[in-house]
Amino acid sequence: MAERYELKNKEVWDGNMAAAHALRQAQVDVVAAYPITPSTPIVQNYAQFLADGYVDGEFVMVESEHSAMSACVGAAAAGGRVATATSSQGYALMVEVLYQASGMRLPIVMTVVNRALASPLNIHGDHADLYLGRDAGWIHLIANNPQEAYDMTLCAFKIAEDERVRLPVTTNQDGFLVSHTAQVVEPLQDEEAYNFIGEYKALNPMLDTKNPVTYGAQTEEEWHFEHKANQHKALMESTPVIEEIFNKFADISGRKYNIVETYKLDDADIALVVMGSAYETAMLAVDKAREEGIKVGLLMPRVFRPFPYNQVAEKLKNVKAVAALDRSAPMGAMGALYNEVSGALAANGQSAIMTNYIYGLGGRDTTVEHILEVIRETNENAKAGKRVTPLQGFINLRGPKLSFN
Amino acid sequence: MLQIRWHSRAGQGAVTGAKALADVMARTGKYVQAYSVYGAEKRGAPMTAYDKIDDKPILDHSKWMQPDYVLVIDPSLVFQEEIVDNTKDDTIFIVTSHMDKDDLLSIAKHLQGKKVYIIDAIKISQEEIGRAIPNTPMLGAFIKVSNIIPFEDFLVSIEDILSKFPKKIIEGNLRAIKRAYEEVK
Repeated sequence: MAERYELKNKEVWDGNMAAAHALRQAQVDVVAAYPITPSTPIVQNYAQFLADGYVDGEFVMVESEHSAMSACVGAAAAGGRVATATSSQGYALMVEVLYQASGMRLPIVMTVVNRALASPLNIHGDHADLYLGRDAGWIHLIANNPQEAYDMTLCAFKIAEDERVRLPVTTNQDGFLVSHTAQVVEPLQDEEAYNFIGEYKALNPMLDTKNPVTYGAQTEEEWHFEHKANQHKALMESTPVIEEIFNKFADISGRKYNIVETYKLDDADIALVVMGSAYETAMLAVDKAREEGIKVGLLMPRVFRPFPYNQVAEKLKNVKAVAALDRSAPMGAMGALYNEVSGALAANGQSAIMTNYIYGLGGRDTTVEHILEVIRETNENAKAGKRVTPLQGFINLRGPKLSFN
Repeated sequence: MLQIRWHSRAGQGAVTGAKALADVMARTGKYVQAYSVYGAEKRGAPMTAYDKIDDKPILDHSKWMQPDYVLVIDPSLVFQEEIVDNTKDDTIFIVTSHMDKDDLLSIAKHLQGKKVYIIDAIKISQEEIGRAIPNTPMLGAFIKVSNIIPFEDFLVSIEDILSKFPKKIIEGNLRAIKRAYEEVK
């Protein structure tokens, strides 16, 4: 029996420590991992908890991230609660198996610390890995600070394992800006956290030898489509379940999360859409812009997949211009948030002027002043009643602006 | 918001020092942020660490800051002009050096006209802890200069934060902190 960990009401934890404690409190049966910067301390802290007697489960050291996720798939199909952590190149190496995990409807939780993808090699934060896993059939939750990294990881288990969902979930926190930044975190006590998630219920476990089952079978054109359509439908219909779980979490923690988070959007003329730690930095820019008389608000999809199209459109129904800020190199297109938000608005007959900004690649700093400049440009579009700024710009890029119009 | 920037070489304990200070201040009810900026380089490379301390939750996740205090824990970095980057007229510098103030400022001209305090944190850590880990003596000097919390309260918190270490290390660090508190000038 795992020992109870003494926690203070307020701890000073970085995002990695916060995620590691959430994994510990979930009493995961199997963690299989291959550590990589900047998520290494999640696995390192977890291994320390295990060595110190605070974890009963198995910790499997493997030879690569592909093996890590493969071991997770095996353990989850066998019938256990399973989790891992990764970043960047490790995430990329897992991609093949990410699709396998979701296709087999295995409720694995992966705490991702977001980091740029090479080349050029870079260990710092951006959303390249999150966007790489966009279509992998996982639910993707976003955490903006260490408290949220902890809270989202607890919620992730409950969402993944809900019988109406049974899909794998990632929690995402920005490399270094959250993962290595110590802030005040108010954790739940061990029993409270575990009781919130609940006992693991195995569905069709392979270790139940009296009821043999097959995972990852071959289906050609007669059944593949039906499997994928059903899997997609489960993902799209997970939104109300996620909402229900966020509400249950609010009941015990006092911290209320929403499918779509907003800040000062109710009376806003213009909006910025941004995900991750920059959402909080942008709050300060919104406050400053409002002092200048610009009525601006913020929106963030807390749940990046399934993308909450109708909720986003509803929240943005009164704004005249929207800037979508993407923290990933879009490589031949607009950023993902630009595309999703544009689609959400178009589907609902809304016609706010849309622009796209790329920021923070490879850990490039994005300050309140930088975001304030985006707000001022977006306000120019609203005032002109048409787009007068480039379609796609780069925030805090050195040298030529390289905007696309 | 109180903002503090540490200049260090990787391995000298600036990250641990920044996190310890954040932990101490959080215990007084403050909101804190402690982070560092470094690349993939290893031990010995110059790096910076940061503390933000406020009465309300800290939302700014950018790395940029205009520090109220600059803490330099490596004696050679005192001579790098980067230590005055983005500082204000009233930013206070606490630097580790074996030199006296006049001699130091005659070489480190970028510090002339600034509020500068000197502590030989390297010597203190070598003599009291047995290793050149100048982070905890710098904390002692910082508490003296800033008077941010009563020194006795600081000692109680830091002893608890260090409690995972062997008794000899804890005692050495406490001696180093107390000595730095007395010797900073």
